[in-house]
Amino acid sequence: MNEHGDRNEVFRSEVREEIGRELAVASPHADRTEPTVSLRDVHLSFGDNHVLRGITLDVRQGETLCILGGSGVGKSTILRLILRLLHATAGDVLIEGRDITTVSHHDVLELRERMGMVFQGSALFDSLTVRDNVSFPLYEHTRQTDEEIEHRVREVLSFVDLVPDDVLDLLPAELSGGMRKRVAIARAIVHQPPILLFDEPTSGLDPITTHTIDELILKLRSELNVCAIVVTHDLASAARIATESALLLDGRVIFRGTPEEMYASEIEYVQAFIA
Amino acid sequence: MPQASARRTAFRLARDAAFGVALAVQEYFALLLRVIRSCFTRPVYPGDLVQQMDTIGVGSIFIVVLTGFFTGMVLALQSAVEMEQFGATIYIGRLVGASTVRELGPVLTALMVTGRAGAGMAAALGAMKVTEQVDALRTMGVDPVRKLVVPRFVAALIMLPLLTVIADLIAIFGGLLIAVLKLGLTPDLYMRSVYTTLADNGFVLRYIPVDLVQGLGKPIVFGAIMALTSCYYGLRTEGGTEGVGRSTTQAVVTTSILVLATDYFLTQIIIVFLL
Repeated sequence: MNEHGDRNEVFRSEVREEIGRELAVASPHADRTEPTVSLRDVHLSFGDNHVLRGITLDVRQGETLCILGGSGVGKSTILRLILRLLHATAGDVLIEGRDITTVSHHDVLELRERMGMVFQGSALFDSLTVRDNVSFPLYEHTRQTDEEIEHRVREVLSFVDLVPDDVLDLLPAELSGGMRKRVAIARAIVHQPPILLFDEPTSGLDPITTHTIDELILKLRSELNVCAIVVTHDLASAARIATESALLLDGRVIFRGTPEEMYASEIEYVQAFIA
Repeated sequence: MPQASARRTAFRLARDAAFGVALAVQEYFALLLRVIRSCFTRPVYPGDLVQQMDTIGVGSIFIVVLTGFFTGMVLALQSAVEMEQFGATIYIGRLVGASTVRELGPVLTALMVTGRAGAGMAAALGAMKVTEQVDALRTMGVDPVRKLVVPRFVAALIMLPLLTVIADLIAIFGGLLIAVLKLGLTPDLYMRSVYTTLADNGFVLRYIPVDLVQGLGKPIVFGAIMALTSCYYGLRTEGGTEGVGRSTTQAVVTTSILVLATDYFLTQIIIVFLL
């Protein structure tokens, strides 16, 4: 290993030791209520590539956890593990107390109905209108009438600050980036899941639209009391919306705390990341 | 030493390739089993099935008609050149009828529909995969195989035999035009010749000509191969838009080869058991 590599390794081991001292098992703000989403010593490897090396996180109802970290560090992978789109190599992923890594395929589908996911690229169905996109989960999982569904779709579109009559019949390709994100959020919350997952919700958006999306995530917490996990690169956005942030390095959580604590942290990597 | 190293590299590459092929075959048949199981369990998506029947069936009629028409005409023209030497042009109907109903109708229809609808399936599913729409379905508790693959599979099973019947009829009509306008046969003589050849090989269950069993049995198998292969490549797409193009090409090439190879084996089976 060259000198540069040695220094990196020393730096990382120092960080790990420091974290070991600073971090509680889960959150320093852990309370006695049951966590809605809980990752316990989760590992994920693809062959020799160890993506996650013992992630432990708890998120409760009404909390917004922002997962921060460099590119390729495994942030989005955590969301995929929570949804069991990927299988953890080791560890438990508890959703409302049930381990999604061990339940049957049928139960996975049931647990996924308890979650809403907003993808980085919105992932709206190209061939469906906004109305059909947003109503999709309702037609799949409820027995509501067309009128009830139409009413609910209009309600959530208004909630995300879109004018239903203006967008209902548009295709995703006819929407701006910010509108697509808002429709994606509307689709994620239409069936009122208690858990919301956001993968880079503000990437590629201008500052004003970013602010709008941030406001929306805050509104979801204050009005719907959801448990939200947000993967983001955007520190300013994380500072606005997070009740807590977790910073990842080398597949481990090296910092967990409120945005204020993060900015006050003396961990070298945290300071470097903020800078 | 360099030779030993080259041998080791070649061996490793061959082993990896064989492993890759074995894995692909395993995944392919696993998908087939899931599709078959999903065909007989709820939920079902009749709306999607009708839409796919429209896309595969109605959308392919034009190219199937053109293919059948020109194939019938060229068959009659080419065989007339040879048969005129022996004064056997009255048997043109037999030749056109037999070769169309037994082989050319099913195979050419399958290849043309693969080029159009199969490529479309692979591209559509591939695009959905790379834009995370497939993951979005899964996060909403919807099984992508049930929602995306099963309607395409069943639609192909239904529509390919129907398209083959159309191709057969049009090809026989194309041959009729050549027989009447170029060779001076009467329509009655030509059609009697076509019927004779279909009746010559006997009947199954007293009334169904064996040739028709061949002609309509093969497209069902070809439809299954086309839909399954196209969906298989679509769902394993990786690598953005370039990956979509690659999957589409692989789907069309693989389906075409599988259709031709399967045609040979099906013909062998029919000859052994029915003729």
